Formats: sequence, C-alpha cells, structure tokens
Amino acid sequence: MKRTGVIVMLLAILAATVLVSLLLGRYPVSVTDLQLFFNSLVMGQPTPDGERLQVLKNILLDIRLPRVAAAVLIGAALSAAGVVFQSLFINPLVSPGLLGVLAGASFGAAIGMIIGKSWLIVQLGSFIFGLLAVLIALSLSMINRGDRLLMLILGGIISGAMFTALLSVVKYLADPYEQLPAIVYWLMGGLSAVDSKTVLTVSIPIALGLLLLLALSGYLNVLSMGDEEARSLGVNVTLLRLTFILLATIISALTVILGGIIGWVGLLIPHIARMIIGPDNRLLLPAAALIGATYLVVADDISRLLFAVEIPLGILTSLIGIPFFAFILRQTRKGWS
Amino acid sequence: MALIEIDRLTYGYTAKPVLDDVSLQISTGEVVSLLGPNGSGKTTLLKLLLGMFQPRQGEICLEGRRISAFKPKQLAQRIAYVPQVHRMAFGYRVLDVVLMGRMPHKGMFFNYSKADEEIALQSLHRLSIEHLRDRPYTQISGGERQLTLIARALTQGAEIFIMDEPVNGLDYGNQIRLLSSISELAASGYTFIKTTHYPDHALWVSDRVVMLKDGKVAADGLSCEVVNRENLFNLYNARVDVCRIRGGLVCVPEALQQFSRRPETCRFLGRAVGQ
Repeated sequence: MKRTGVIVMLLAILAATVLVSLLLGRYPVSVTDLQLFFNSLVMGQPTPDGERLQVLKNILLDIRLPRVAAAVLIGAALSAAGVVFQSLFINPLVSPGLLGVLAGASFGAAIGMIIGKSWLIVQLGSFIFGLLAVLIALSLSMINRGDRLLMLILGGIISGAMFTALLSVVKYLADPYEQLPAIVYWLMGGLSAVDSKTVLTVSIPIALGLLLLLALSGYLNVLSMGDEEARSLGVNVTLLRLTFILLATIISALTVILGGIIGWVGLLIPHIARMIIGPDNRLLLPAAALIGATYLVVADDISRLLFAVEIPLGILTSLIGIPFFAFILRQTRKGWS
Repeated sequence: MALIEIDRLTYGYTAKPVLDDVSLQISTGEVVSLLGPNGSGKTTLLKLLLGMFQPRQGEICLEGRRISAFKPKQLAQRIAYVPQVHRMAFGYRVLDVVLMGRMPHKGMFFNYSKADEEIALQSLHRLSIEHLRDRPYTQISGGERQLTLIARALTQGAEIFIMDEPVNGLDYGNQIRLLSSISELAASGYTFIKTTHYPDHALWVSDRVVMLKDGKVAADGLSCEVVNRENLFNLYNARVDVCRIRGGLVCVPEALQQFSRRPETCRFLGRAVGQ
C-alpha cells in the first residue's frame, strides 16, 4: 500500500540521519572509519589499527551514540504524545504539556537540584512531579461535573499554573551562584549531559510506551469523534482515555529526564506528519514518531556544531519551531476544517 | 415479542424526572419518529436506548433482555447511533470513518482486515456513495456526511438505527434524499428510531409517531392518525391543519395561511413586473 510505503521511507531517512550524525562532530570521523568500526565490532573481523579503533569506540559508543539515541527517543516520544493529545482533545493546537506534565517535571527537577547533589534525585524528581501534575489535573476534572474534555483542560491549566508558580518559588529560594544557574540551564533543555546508562534505562519504558500507543492507535480515530459516538461504537471511553493520557504522560516525563524541557516538538511535528500522511492515527502516530526523531537528531547536530559554544537544544527547537509553525499553519488549515 | 420493550421508564439528571413512566413497544422494521417540544425528553430517551445512562426506574429490553445486561460491544452490534452531521477536527478518509463501524467486532488490540474493508465498501455501495471513499470527511457536503454516518451504522452490522434529528443542518434537497434513504432501508427490515422537529417528515417516512411532552407519552400510534390538529396543538401550542394533498398528508400552519402570498397580493410583484 502507498501509505505504508511512506512509513518505510521515513524509517530509512531516520537511519541515514543517525548514521550521518555519528560522523559529525569536533573530532573528524570518516565513512571508512565507520566501516572499520562496524567490521570489527559487528562482524568481528580482526583489524590492523587497534589504537584507532579504541578512539573510535570511545567517540562513537560513549559520546555520540548516547546523544543521538537520546535525540531519537525524545523526538519520537514527544511527537507521539502530541499526536495522542491532539486526537484525544479533538484539537490540533494541543501539545503534550496540556495537562501540566512539563510544568510539574520542571518543578520536580528544580527541587531535586536544591535538596540533593545527586543527578538521580533530579531525574526522579522530574519524573515523579511530572506524573503528579497530570494526576492533579485528572482528579480536578473528576470532582467537577460537566464536559469531560473541558474539565480536563481546565484541570491542566490549574495544575500547570500551580507548578509554574512553585518553580518560581524554588528559583527564588535557590542559591544564586550555583543552584539557580543550574536550574535555568537545565530548563533550557539540552543533551550535553546525557550519559549512556540513563539513555539505556529510559529507552526501555519509552519504547514500550510507544509500542503500546501504536497498538492502540486505531482507537484514537474513534475517540476524536467525540465521547457519545465512541461510546455508541462499544468503546470504553473513560478507560481508554485514561490509558492514553497516562502513556503519553509517562513518555513525555521520561524525555524530561533525558534532556530537560524541549519545546514545540510535540505541537509542530504532528502537523508536519499530518500534511505528509493524512490524519488517520494508525499511520500518523508512527510517521510522527519517525519524523520527530529525525527532526530532533538534526536539531541536536545544529546545536552542537553551529557555534563553538553549544546552543541549548530547547532554545533551538523553539527558534526553529515557532516560525515554521506560523508557516505551516496556512497549509494545514484546510485539513482541519 | 416486541424487538424493543420500554417498560415504565423513569430517568432524570436531577430530582425532577426528564422521562416519567414511559412505556413503548417497538417492532422490527418500524420507523418511529419521536416528536415533542424542546426539553421534552426525546434525546434522553435515545441515549437510554443506547445504554449511555442507566434508567432510574423501569427497564429497557432488547428482545427480552435488559440493555444493561449487554456488553457495550454486543449492544453496538445491534443498535447503532447515527449522530447529527458534525464538523470534525480531522479530515479522515470517508472509508476510514465507515471502517470505524467494525470496532464493536474487534478485540482490544485490533487492525481492520480485508474483510472489514469489504463490508465497509458494501455499505458505501448500498448508499451509492462509493465514489467518496478516498475523500476527506471534512471536505464533503452535509448530506454526504450524513450518508457516510449511516454507512458506518450499516457497517456496524446493527439492525436498529438511532438518529437524533437527522435532517438538522442539511439543505432541502439533502433532507429529501436522506429521508428516502431511510425509507429504503426500513423497507429492507431495518428499524429506525429518530427524533424530529418536523411533523411533516414524520408523515413522510414514519409508520409510527410517539409524542413526548414533559417526559410523558402524550400520543402514540400510526403517524397518519396521531399527527392531527389536536395533538399538534397540545404538543407545540400552535394551530396546524393537516391537509391531504395528492394522497399524502402535509401540515399547514394556520397562522401562515392568512398571510400566504397569492400573486395578486404580493406587494412587490407589481413593482417588479408591472411598469
């Protein structure tokens, strides 16, 4: 089928982008180097140049691969979460931060930086508070009667605003010479601090979450027709919506562990994907994940190569994302109405 | 045994009941129109039939079995909901919208098979809209959308169609075409339960009219008998004559008869044609 062919093509583009990105960097790595590396490591062939191989192994496996892998995971997760939220809330202007996950995660990380020196506490803090913010939004929507979706959005606004305010409190109380700059830089989002152990740990739940979302993606079409219609088709709307929200929230919160707050990916990429492959979520979800992954790998390449000093990735994605979004807004209007 | 049996049904969102002691029996192949002023409980009755609410008192049975005893997917295989034409945020292909009708037949993790697609295409064919299959749902006309939603209900495999003001938002020609499609499907054994604000439409396509007022059944019977001057006055507080024209019945509001423009009384006609 034609539309599945597009997915295969997007996968090929992602693979090529990843390979090229491994070559890019301060230390020059050529294609023959990459070949040498693959031959000896994957094929197990003996190599004449052991010293060179050690250097390559160091650069590729310990430095560049974790970073590229983190970009792939973040891009795929945020874009997929964006697709899920846009269908769930029947609104193409919604992003994964709608229910407060990013605000909560920012606060959690800031708290972690103040109370503990350990990086693990920062990561745990951002994940737990990201989830907590969404749970607060969910429970606020439960105690109020009325339109479910509207109540959820209002709950998200309240929860997000609360954690943004709390973040300001933490920033104000933080030591201005050490802690405050750390918090500010972290909130800009970036992949310079990524280590292979974290990437490996986080990649498993993100991959599982993405696979589960993919398996359930057919329901997104039905849910985006509205509650009553979905219910009349025999769908358990409440349970499915909760499942989707929790899965999207978990993978979004995990991206914050890897790279801080990286904005605009979850809003922009679903639109681009929809322009390419159409709104059917069964294809849109994988397409958006692949495009998002490619986009973030390229953005991270730019952020580390463009200037002598690295530009925080979150700033870059916003700078690229905003004008691009303004541009595609004109093109996509037809598809929504 | 009746297909659907509503027995002394009472339901309310607050303490005040919206439906009060409603009893109805509906048989296979009937086209039932629910008539009633705004807030009379028509839509609530439809939602109860779809199992979206639980009755406060009384019960609704489908072939002798309580509706609440059906699993949601089982019920969806019997009763389909055809919503009013709506705007959708995303322009799914018409075929993909119709394919959603296979959902009640699928497990938790599912994918539509070739056979599902075949059933969806048959439904499109039945309503003569196969040519729309690859068009985005957002770019077809209101009448075509309503037909698409009926095709989805056919794809669902249901034999009972629940429609809430189906002609709402359609232009005059599409209203007539939609009502003809309903008549055709009813002739082949499908049961329709629909609300409408137009007694005329009830006369055109319904065998039977149920009038609801303040949550109670005000009248119930053959449409040609129930839609009459007294009942319409009781229901809408408007004086309407039901006249026979070319063998069919039509409603003519009394208030309009005295103002109705005959060519010679039309004020602007002389100016336009005269000099």
